[in-house]
Amino acid sequence: MSQEVILRVEELTKLYGARVGCRNVSFELCGAEVLAVVGESGSGKSTLLNCLSGQLPPSGGSLSYRGANGHWRDVLALSEPERRLLSRTEWAFVHQDPRDGLRMTVSAGGNVGERMMAVGARHYGTIRSTAADWLRQVEIPQDRLDDRPTAFSGGMRQRLQIARALATNPRLVFMDEPTGGLDVSVQARLLDLIRTLVNQFELSVILVTHDLAVARLLAHRMMVMKDGHVVESGLTDQVLDDPQHPYSQLLVSSILQT
Amino acid sequence: MSMDQGPRNDRPPLIEVEGLGKTFTLYNQNDAVIPVMQNASLRVAAGEAVALTGESGAGKSSLMRMLYGNYRAQTGSIRIRHREHWGDVASAEPHAILDLRRETLGYVSQFLRVIPRVSTLDVVSEPLVRLGVEPTAAQEKARELLTRLRIPQTLWPLSPLTFSGGEQQRVNIARGFAHRFPCLLLDEPTASLDKLNRETVLDMIEEAKADGVAVIGIFHDAEARRRVCDREIDVSSFAVGRTAA
Amino acid sequence: MSAVDDPTDLTLGSEGSDASVAEAKGDEQIADLSSDAGDDRIDETIDGYNFAYLDENTKRMIRRAILKAVAIPGYQTPFASREMPMPYGWGTGGVQVTAACLTPGDTLKVIDQGADDTTNAVSIRQFFEKTARVDTTTRTEDATVIQTRHRIPEKALTEDQIIVYQVPIPEPLRYLEPRETETRKMHALEEYGLMHVKLYEDISRHGHIATTYAYPVMVEDRYVTDPSPIPKFDNPKLSNSPALQLFGAGREQRIYAIPPYTKVKSLDFEDYPFDPGQWPQACALCGAEDSYLDEIITDDAGGRMFVCSDTDFCSRRRAEQDAAATSEEGEQ
Repeated sequence: MSQEVILRVEELTKLYGARVGCRNVSFELCGAEVLAVVGESGSGKSTLLNCLSGQLPPSGGSLSYRGANGHWRDVLALSEPERRLLSRTEWAFVHQDPRDGLRMTVSAGGNVGERMMAVGARHYGTIRSTAADWLRQVEIPQDRLDDRPTAFSGGMRQRLQIARALATNPRLVFMDEPTGGLDVSVQARLLDLIRTLVNQFELSVILVTHDLAVARLLAHRMMVMKDGHVVESGLTDQVLDDPQHPYSQLLVSSILQT
Repeated sequence: MSMDQGPRNDRPPLIEVEGLGKTFTLYNQNDAVIPVMQNASLRVAAGEAVALTGESGAGKSSLMRMLYGNYRAQTGSIRIRHREHWGDVASAEPHAILDLRRETLGYVSQFLRVIPRVSTLDVVSEPLVRLGVEPTAAQEKARELLTRLRIPQTLWPLSPLTFSGGEQQRVNIARGFAHRFPCLLLDEPTASLDKLNRETVLDMIEEAKADGVAVIGIFHDAEARRRVCDREIDVSSFAVGRTAA
Repeated sequence: MSAVDDPTDLTLGSEGSDASVAEAKGDEQIADLSSDAGDDRIDETIDGYNFAYLDENTKRMIRRAILKAVAIPGYQTPFASREMPMPYGWGTGGVQVTAACLTPGDTLKVIDQGADDTTNAVSIRQFFEKTARVDTTTRTEDATVIQTRHRIPEKALTEDQIIVYQVPIPEPLRYLEPRETETRKMHALEEYGLMHVKLYEDISRHGHIATTYAYPVMVEDRYVTDPSPIPKFDNPKLSNSPALQLFGAGREQRIYAIPPYTKVKSLDFEDYPFDPGQWPQACALCGAEDSYLDEIITDDAGGRMFVCSDTDFCSRRRAEQDAAATSEEGEQ
């Protein structure tokens, strides 16, 4: 992990009318750092993720990102074209449901290739071989390159979504319950894969999950959210093994041994 | 071997613990407050091994976990010599603790905790790879350690989660020794080992000491403790209500 | 177009009718119409309509859309498409654009898949013969306005001509991204990676870009545009054409344009460059080797022939060949 901060979040707030989505969330994320955001449904973790990734305009607070060129940018002040460009170059998003992140009527190769073509790749042979290479990285057999994701299992779809997200070598990846809805054995494989890729490409990741075991295995650091607030944050194993806040204790004690 | 008289003066200290205090507050059990220890202090020099002793429940493992940053200390400091300066585990930011753990502070726990599906060879070589060592060189080191600890070569490509308790323990030790951590925490490293492997592990600890590693260990095995440890620290002396020695 | 602004010029400018403009208006006229039901004399029945069917305000609205479209080459300009006396899919968009462009002095040519004599072409030509009383022609070079469905004439167009394309689906990104909100944004931000995904899929499935009609183009390095379902064979003619090219989609309520001498590039990959295609044979009727051919099934035994889809082009070549042959015979 490099100690360089690449994302700085200050007092980020999202209100839905009088209802709080998330309130006064502040943290910093370093290069190659994995931060897990945990909490139960409705705790505001998905709202936070959507605000951070630019899919939802926050009601207040600030969000700055240090780009690959070393310059800090005020993410909330970016124009839409700039924001969209960022989200298909240096940023990526992995959805819980692969159908939200994939084009189901386009082949696996086309899905991975789209991100490259979106930033100007125009050589079919290069796009195809790079797509094939990504499929290998996520352990999808090469002979599935021209198959559509509709013909894939849930785990394979999720791996394809990850390949698609990583195809333009992003630095910051947002993941929303990436292992949710998968069989346990499939989850283990995916966790291993995500961890390998995160290390290999030194990705910074903000990972939303309700699964504390996933947080333990992937995240360096975690934040516990309740009712839109961060109630505790710290080193992942410290928060899980020695939670300080009443809610964190409840959360940790209410799950099976991780 | 003697009771705690402080570190030998001819070696520089690598671990300095001062006034450490810990209580657990269980909010979901009527806010029960469980005091664990207070005013714990200890120092360990390079090349020295210190055994934590005390009855079960005295807080040996809790202290060990605090030293590693796994439990949070309420008071006091845990200073670890890290590169050219001191880091305080009790107050450091998470990334500083991870930095310490990656380079300086090793921990062999009693339980192996790894992602399912990852091969034994990768589990053991991972600490080196994270430090930027060539994967081939890291694997070479891992092979050497696994061979020495008598893990059959046929098991190397498999996940250690399927192994017996003794095998898992040896994989855990191999992982803890892959990188030469300047400070090493060992929680019952010989507990479930047969005689031959126990000897090997004790040899490895002695070699680490000879290399200048500061070791803090919990050994139920009194003979092993006597063999590798220079001093003993009775953790029950830190119990709340008692004044530390 | 100035003459059009004064509706009184319209009927006077055309031949024939004795009925005065004043009489052609109001309740009286409706009575006339009903009394004339079944009468073959067209001249009287069309007098109830404005020149070229649409009222002047509608035509102005369409012309404003056309001007905007010309100003932003390749951009799909919304317009308030009207109900036309023909079903959607029969060229209602093209007809409205043509109606807004026509002046009494224009000569109109209408083709459907290259042919002047198919149902769609004939009915639209008759529609304007009746409602605008403009001259019509089948000769490409004689036309000032050409309305077309799915072809560009073989004969090169000129600066004096407007070609109007009938467009079923104006949005080239539609089949890949069904959300209109999203495709508009993609156009606005020039996010066209998706268009190449379609071509990628073609190559991965067929070994080459298998899109043979409605082949997407980039207009003036800015907007990805659907050239309407013309064969990709015609795509090169889109670029740098001296004629004004207008596209009308009635059901979708969009008008877009490729102004004269505009750069139009068919999308492709560096290693799979655009190929307009060609035929291994010449036209079975006129022998042309450089025209777009239709396959004609000639019997139930699988007999077939390939002939020019541009009937004007083909028939006149044959006429020239016959004339040459005749004069040769005469000389002998």
